[in-house]
Amino acid sequence: MTSRNTKLTRRQLLSRSAAAGAAFVVGAGYVAGSSAAWAMNVEHVQPTTMATLIQMARDIYPHDHVADEFYAAAVKGYDSADAAPMIEAGIAALDAAARGKGYASYIEAGWERDRVDILRGLENSTFFQTIRGGLVTGLYNQKAVWPLFGYEGESFSKGGYIDRGFDDINWI
Amino acid sequence: MAAPFELSDDSVVVIIGTGAGGGVLANELAQKGVSVVSLEAGGRYLPEDYINDEWESFGQLAWLDARTTSGDWRVANDFSGLPAWIVKAVGGTTTHWAGASLRFQDHEWKAATTYGPVQGANLLDWPIDPREMDDYYTKAENKLGVTRTGDRAGLPGNNNYKVFEAGAKALGYEEVSTGRMAINSASNDDRAACQQTGFCFQGCKWGAKWSAAYTDIPRGEATGNLEVRERAHVLKIEHDDSGKVTGVLYADADGNQHLQKARIVCVAGNSIESPRLLLNSASNMFPEGLANSSGQVGRNYMRHMTGSVYAVFDKPVKMWRGTTMAGIIQDEARHDPSRGFVGGYELETLALGLPFMAAFLDPGGWGREFTTALDSYENMAGMWIVGEDMPQETNRITLNHDVKDQYGLPAPNVHFDDHPNDVAMRNHAYKQGMAVYEAVGATRVFPTPPYPSTHNLGTNRMSENSRDGVVNKHGQTHDIANLFISDGSQFTTGAAENPTLTIVALAIRQADFIAAEMGKNNI
Repeated sequence: MTSRNTKLTRRQLLSRSAAAGAAFVVGAGYVAGSSAAWAMNVEHVQPTTMATLIQMARDIYPHDHVADEFYAAAVKGYDSADAAPMIEAGIAALDAAARGKGYASYIEAGWERDRVDILRGLENSTFFQTIRGGLVTGLYNQKAVWPLFGYEGESFSKGGYIDRGFDDINWI
Repeated sequence: MAAPFELSDDSVVVIIGTGAGGGVLANELAQKGVSVVSLEAGGRYLPEDYINDEWESFGQLAWLDARTTSGDWRVANDFSGLPAWIVKAVGGTTTHWAGASLRFQDHEWKAATTYGPVQGANLLDWPIDPREMDDYYTKAENKLGVTRTGDRAGLPGNNNYKVFEAGAKALGYEEVSTGRMAINSASNDDRAACQQTGFCFQGCKWGAKWSAAYTDIPRGEATGNLEVRERAHVLKIEHDDSGKVTGVLYADADGNQHLQKARIVCVAGNSIESPRLLLNSASNMFPEGLANSSGQVGRNYMRHMTGSVYAVFDKPVKMWRGTTMAGIIQDEARHDPSRGFVGGYELETLALGLPFMAAFLDPGGWGREFTTALDSYENMAGMWIVGEDMPQETNRITLNHDVKDQYGLPAPNVHFDDHPNDVAMRNHAYKQGMAVYEAVGATRVFPTPPYPSTHNLGTNRMSENSRDGVVNKHGQTHDIANLFISDGSQFTTGAAENPTLTIVALAIRQADFIAAEMGKNNI
């Protein structure tokens, strides 16, 4: 999964990387956030491919208060020998569609609405539906994401809500 | 305290399935001194085993064997391999159910007479007088410890209920309450009181909600008359040359096959598996499947008219806290054709955790229309719609010979098309449900499509005349005297109410009948 990058300063990271879109930098075998807050090693797919996939994940389920590292964690599983050919082909098709609309690549389309327009054109493809379907659990079933939506998860270990606000609504 | 019966013991009653129907029937017969072997496809999980995590629990409890779907219902598109969200475990779907325990309204036993002809609907009256059921309903309510029946108090309302109740009252609804629930409002029958923990659908870790898994099953076993074999998946029901059933072939956990002899066989595998088993048991004598001289086995599949309404407010609700199904509006449950449909529906609060909300709010949805809804998850309230749907002959369980299960048997295909009455009722319910929330300041409402079916009914229906259905008024098949149906598949029509209480009441009633008939040596 992703890890907080403790070895590299932002300056060091950027000196070894190339920008991929606005949000990501890529280097040999890794994708990182431009802020250097997180980095992810990739072994089977190209770093730029993974950066594009992470952007695609955010564009499918955009939550402005959810950081990129959670989207990265949601698609990290596609960095496998089995999945890599499907991912490379799918992202290649996505980039081709972007070029068809006048962008250098998907990730270089600067506005979300432009990228979403590209995605709409591929919405019925197996690739899109595989990525979208996987995100439903890959993103929203991350326990670390739940608090960002206010969701509290299990309560049995705390004795339920009988004494902890099951009926604490104060505005109705 | 299991009572081991020999495979060759042909004096036993074999019951297939241990849920609301089979689990209760097994205990009721065992209490009367009848020897019972219960065969359960799933494993045994108790409150300490339940997992309060939606997807992990789903992996633990859900029936995930191969199934296919067809028809115009959206489930066939969104969840093509998962027509139903039901449980494979000792106790069956009583681990998962929400606990709503409502009696049928009198007229719902006589749908054909009350509603008159409805084009395309295969309506029929139940061959049961509502008054015959009164005592059995009372017994069922006492067994389940249903709140607001007997001297049992109602449950307190949680946040989700308070929003719902305020909206209902603002709209002028009068029959709104925390409902009749098989969830203890005070400790009762060796089970704890509800601790408002949520996760009712994942198995109640307090045991506050009634489930056969930790009540009827162990109590039946304690008599010494009931043996429950778990992870025993029945493949076929066998019969002799006279047409009586003689036993069942099942696969154990290791896949080894065994033949358990039987004096009587009761099928309670739910409305998908029960007809499938009868169809998969076809023989030279019964080429269309067992008990299928009417051709009705597998037909008239009902799933209740369902849907949900979620709403977002400008302030927090935290709907996941407390009882999942925390209250009910019953004003729309009446039969009033002036609304543009026959039959009625209930509105019942419902909450999903974030993971399931993402999966079920708008299956297939994406982009900001979808994600801004989830951004307001904390401010969301929710309700479920459950109403009577029309039985249709073409809505049915068939064998899909192109898809095989893990035992090499044809998988069930579940075909469902909405009847126009179902559509009209759902649209009415969406409108009313959204109005409830808008009346208390909802800023956005979501008429949410049906989930995979939890109420599966009608595929071996009860009928006065053997031409019209599969079983008689006791659940005994018209064709084979020692073969019974003991689950919701015997429902003639679905009524508006959540079905479990009626399944339990019918099982208690059927146990009386079977024991009496055995005593008279009629079967």
